[in-house]
Amino acid sequence: MAHAATSHDTHHGDPTGWKRWVMSTNHKDIGTMYLIFAIIAGLVGGFLSIAMRLELQEPGLQYFTNPQTYNVFVTGHGLIMVFFVVMPAVIGGFGNWFVPLMIGAPDMAFPRMNNISFWLLPAAFALLGISLFVEGAPGSNGFGGGWTVYPPLATMGHPGPALDFGILSLHLAGASSILGAINFITTILNMRAPGMTMHKMPLFAWALLVTAFLLLLSLPVLAGAITMLLTDRNFGTAFFDPANGGDPILYQHLFWFFGHPEVYIMILPGFGIVSHIISTFSKKPIFGYLGMAYAMVAIGAVGFIVWAHHMYTAGLALNTQRYFMFATMVIAVPTGVKIFSWIATMWGGSIRFTAAMQWAIGFIFLFTVGGVTGVVLSNAGLDRNLHNTYYVVAHFHYVLSLGAVFSIFAGFYYWFPKMSGRIIPESIGILHFWVAFIGANVLFFPMHFTGLSGMPRHYVDYPDAFAGWNRISSYGSYIFAAGLLIFFYGILRAYMSPVRAANNPWGEGATTLEWTLSSPPPHHQFDTLPRFSGSGH
Amino acid sequence: MTRRNFGATLAVLLSACFAGAAFAGTGQPTPWQMNMQTPVTEMAEFLGTLHNSVNIVIGLISAFVLLLLVIVVVRFNEKANPVPSKTTHHTGLEIAWTLIPALILVAIAIPSFRLLTMQIQLPKADITVKAVAHQWYWSYEYPEDQGGGFGFDSYMLPREDAEKANQPALLAVDNELVLPAGKTVVVQVVGGDVIHNFAIPSFGVRMDAVPGRLNQTWFKTDKEGIYYGQCSRLCGANHAYMPIAVRIVSAEKYAAWLTEAKKKFASNDAQPIALAANE
Repeated sequence: MAHAATSHDTHHGDPTGWKRWVMSTNHKDIGTMYLIFAIIAGLVGGFLSIAMRLELQEPGLQYFTNPQTYNVFVTGHGLIMVFFVVMPAVIGGFGNWFVPLMIGAPDMAFPRMNNISFWLLPAAFALLGISLFVEGAPGSNGFGGGWTVYPPLATMGHPGPALDFGILSLHLAGASSILGAINFITTILNMRAPGMTMHKMPLFAWALLVTAFLLLLSLPVLAGAITMLLTDRNFGTAFFDPANGGDPILYQHLFWFFGHPEVYIMILPGFGIVSHIISTFSKKPIFGYLGMAYAMVAIGAVGFIVWAHHMYTAGLALNTQRYFMFATMVIAVPTGVKIFSWIATMWGGSIRFTAAMQWAIGFIFLFTVGGVTGVVLSNAGLDRNLHNTYYVVAHFHYVLSLGAVFSIFAGFYYWFPKMSGRIIPESIGILHFWVAFIGANVLFFPMHFTGLSGMPRHYVDYPDAFAGWNRISSYGSYIFAAGLLIFFYGILRAYMSPVRAANNPWGEGATTLEWTLSSPPPHHQFDTLPRFSGSGH
Repeated sequence: MTRRNFGATLAVLLSACFAGAAFAGTGQPTPWQMNMQTPVTEMAEFLGTLHNSVNIVIGLISAFVLLLLVIVVVRFNEKANPVPSKTTHHTGLEIAWTLIPALILVAIAIPSFRLLTMQIQLPKADITVKAVAHQWYWSYEYPEDQGGGFGFDSYMLPREDAEKANQPALLAVDNELVLPAGKTVVVQVVGGDVIHNFAIPSFGVRMDAVPGRLNQTWFKTDKEGIYYGQCSRLCGANHAYMPIAVRIVSAEKYAAWLTEAKKKFASNDAQPIALAANE
């Protein structure tokens, strides 16, 4: 945790030692803790996925003698990456760090609530960890029913207490996110510096505002759904038990009413990060600022009325499927606006290809690929042959693993000098980008092929015909993992080098308020509120 | 520029993707297959054709975005263009990139709605069978008024047995679902314990088997042969080991099979479905 302990600004008794972290009410320190937490959780989630790829490298059972353990790994990988890696990194990490700095606020609106938001997460993560080691399905440990936790597999299929730990873990993680969302909404609506109107606010703050509303409105529904699951499991209720008048499909509706906004929760902050990087290194203001901001609002709003496109094969009525198909396709329009506006921002620019910029450009292309396969999947008729196949796995890893995760690395290389005051050599970030780019594509592109030819998801073992592409995918995962070594080496180099980052290492294009502060910023910034005189856009 | 080489690679990959249909197997996947399995029903054929068209559209869109990125990288880098422009608005462009994608989506949606209707609106059934999913096998029931009146369980063959019988491992089963060619078959799909999924890629059929819910799907094929599918909803430890195998035979052979099956599976009839058919 040494990495942000660089503030020498102790003139009015700033906390030091363990108190600085455990009892922190400082948005930058809390942001740093979120980022470190996300990196550690990411290593755990990444380990699970490498184990899965090792198993899938050949047909037959190699490492998982109990196939249920494989299901537990799949489930753990999904839950960890969603709740303990991507969300803490983009919302808790970058959001905490840069929303107050960008809008010219001294801190978050509720600094103590910020502290509990963070500290609920390690507790949640511990509960999820415990769940891996207690009985779930008869005779094996852990919950292996997928991150969607569909009953009856999640009720009668897993009588052991593993899922109860899992549900409590999600409750804590959800509470943490709801508190965080309240904090962000209040901060952004009330604490903008004088002169910074909503329509002059940086796009990253817009992204976090929309994300926070999505969290606030969707997470309580998840909490309700998994509470009903908990009482079905333990207290004899029958919300989802058809034998007693319940309906398993009800759970799916409730889950996806949360689950679909959740995927936008993971990607919207990335949109904001990429917007700033593209603008900074093109040395141009973002193209079509208002369109960009309202495209995110539109994506967030429409994201709430498309959930049943995850349920095309559940046996929904024809008209229901027609509606959800149509509504889902609509989302492609604001997404297209964003892609083209990023390109238009670069058009006519004077682009510097820093590591952050290369990650951001990579993001745009890979997110496009993931987006267009989403258009394929939105067609209920086509989904008939693709639902729950590897095509879906390819699609959501293109938008999340190559979308959200690339935006996280882009943001990390962009803001690392600001957060730490140190410099990761550009060549290391660029090498990391190309290794990750090649690795991720070798890993996920062949999944389109196995999916199209019919390979279902969640399979520990598969017919021999799928062996070829699976072997290639596994090789890709090792390449991607090797990229992570480069990433950590870069951080190590930054801390070993005496070179320090300037206030604004990126030059004229970096116009947001965080670049007006020192690197790293003082423990408390904006003691006098900055007067924002930006011309708008 | 390395980015350009990457573009070329991707173009090769994408075109290979379209050409993939040539390698597709019938009723089962083939090694290095890149596109859907050969369709054997009208519905799957429509699905495959629509997918190939949409695939070309999305391939072109991705290529277009890549092309724009390459142009930007080449023309607007620091060296080529030291002074950035100040343009941040262009109403015409913004309207264009909102409207044109919307029109493309409408063009995709029209045939897509037709496909969806075809899948969900059941035609009049010639034959109705029931598929009940269990952890981890399928049970098929043939109604009495159609010459049936029996049911049986269908388990995956162990790898060695499948290889001995020269059938694909993890797809081959002990008792196939036998049905006649040229008839409209409605399958009632039910979950016996947790949710499973009845999927046959070459038919364009995929339906969740939900406990307490009677889902129905249909198909009609003229091509005799054996068509494989796999459970497509995570259902526990042996999720990967409960395939679906449908054998389509001529009307005469079907009649003969019915007579034979009625005898063979008679003892299964009135019992709760148990491990009876397990080898």
